[in-house]
Amino acid sequence: MRFSGWRVIREGLTGNRGWGPHWRDPEPKPAYDALIIGGGGHGLATAYYLAKKHGLTNIAVLEKGHIGSGNIGRNTTIVRANYFLPGNSAFYSHSLKLWEGLEAELNYNVMHSQRGIINLFHSDGQRDAAVRRGNAMINQGDDAVLLDRAQLRAMLPYLDYDNARFPIYGGLYHARGGTARHDAVAWGYARGADRLGVDLLQNCEITGITIKDGAVKGVETTRGPIRAPKVGMVVAGRSSQVAALAGIRLPIESHVLQAFVTEGLKPCIDHVITFGMGHFYISQSDKGGLVFGGDLDFYASYASRGNLPAAEHVMEAGMALMPMIGRAKLLRSWGGIMDMSPDGSPIIDRTAVEGLFLNCGWCYGGFKAVPASGDCFAHLMATGEPKAEAAAFRLDRFRDGVGILDEEGSGSQHNLH
Amino acid sequence: MRLSCPICGVRDRREFYYQGDAVALERPAPEAGQAVWDAYLHVRDNPAGSRRELWQHEAGCGAWLVVERHSGSHAVTSVSLVHDRAEETGA
Repeated sequence: MRFSGWRVIREGLTGNRGWGPHWRDPEPKPAYDALIIGGGGHGLATAYYLAKKHGLTNIAVLEKGHIGSGNIGRNTTIVRANYFLPGNSAFYSHSLKLWEGLEAELNYNVMHSQRGIINLFHSDGQRDAAVRRGNAMINQGDDAVLLDRAQLRAMLPYLDYDNARFPIYGGLYHARGGTARHDAVAWGYARGADRLGVDLLQNCEITGITIKDGAVKGVETTRGPIRAPKVGMVVAGRSSQVAALAGIRLPIESHVLQAFVTEGLKPCIDHVITFGMGHFYISQSDKGGLVFGGDLDFYASYASRGNLPAAEHVMEAGMALMPMIGRAKLLRSWGGIMDMSPDGSPIIDRTAVEGLFLNCGWCYGGFKAVPASGDCFAHLMATGEPKAEAAAFRLDRFRDGVGILDEEGSGSQHNLH
Repeated sequence: MRLSCPICGVRDRREFYYQGDAVALERPAPEAGQAVWDAYLHVRDNPAGSRRELWQHEAGCGAWLVVERHSGSHAVTSVSLVHDRAEETGA
């Protein structure tokens, strides 16, 4: 089934009876050429690129719940390439380019909207930092424009520019940044992988990883044992539990991050706006809800719900930045389990077990990384060698201290990101 | 969430600073080697269940606390002073 405007019209005129399921619901085979643990955005993208670019079609994605039921369905949908450090900037630049071709690639409407992202700054020092970051982005081949206060006021008249603590001096504008429809990204990759022959095995929880002579042989699951010479672990907040099945301890601590959405409103916020000093970022969904989030709850948690002090802090920051949203009623809040790494950057690497690969540590920035993470992890699993764009995401950088990717410059320690 | 400080009593979570896993109390010797220091600084069990953590009653008495807490339910099972523990172990 191929999507097209013509097809939508035809189905609309014939009662929409021609649509079928987007992917199969196959029974597990006893063996595959490769397995991917985790049916979220990163896992599904990995499966898609393994099949599409590397011809590995006899593979399966193992998902504990249903497709896209983890962090790909619990985020604030922001897509951007405004990273500063070499190693990060090339990767996210690659990801944004994949985003820009994603709908055509997948024949699926992921509602990618390049509405622009504005990072606000509030002092001369922060302006200098924004200039430096913008130059790094331009050097990477991406876009950045420094907006002064008057330019920003013309674009975003509704901000409180004269906040006593954080007066707004301007913003760094990244026009190609924006948002996408989070669930559709999972569904698009799932459908794309399925059409290439990948088995998506849902309600299939991993209960063991079989290792013999230092090499992975397969996995034990709630739907029976499955053999495979290559296994990729892409399970975000649950990385420590899955890796423990292979006897591996990770430099990861799982934390909860909350996000919020208001009732649907008329279009009022045209961009993504980030207020770093208040740990607040906001955009307006296509349904009209204001989608915003803040910082971690700041203690280790596997509860997919947050605590009230963090919620209160986010609301306060929102009110400080744009008092106009004070009358919007909050509809929902949710929490996702973040796989926090010590330096705030991800890990895409081999493990000490031959054939066992690791993709984790996305902290609170995993959504925009989905296409490049899948592409680079597929490359690693298929060839055994890291793809250039993700070569910096080594697992052992914490041990030897070489190549720490501390984007915020706050230190390589668990509670600092 | 509230924590019961052994000195101050039951207090709001916002008075406390979370440092991380209580492994932070077991500082290795300076020459213990790369793997030991990596385990101390970075590698974590990160259990989905009962955890031992290091907190500080930052906006209260300032005491450092060992908190045993469930990472799924957030239920706190014990809070003790690092000071008492240090006296017990002679550390």
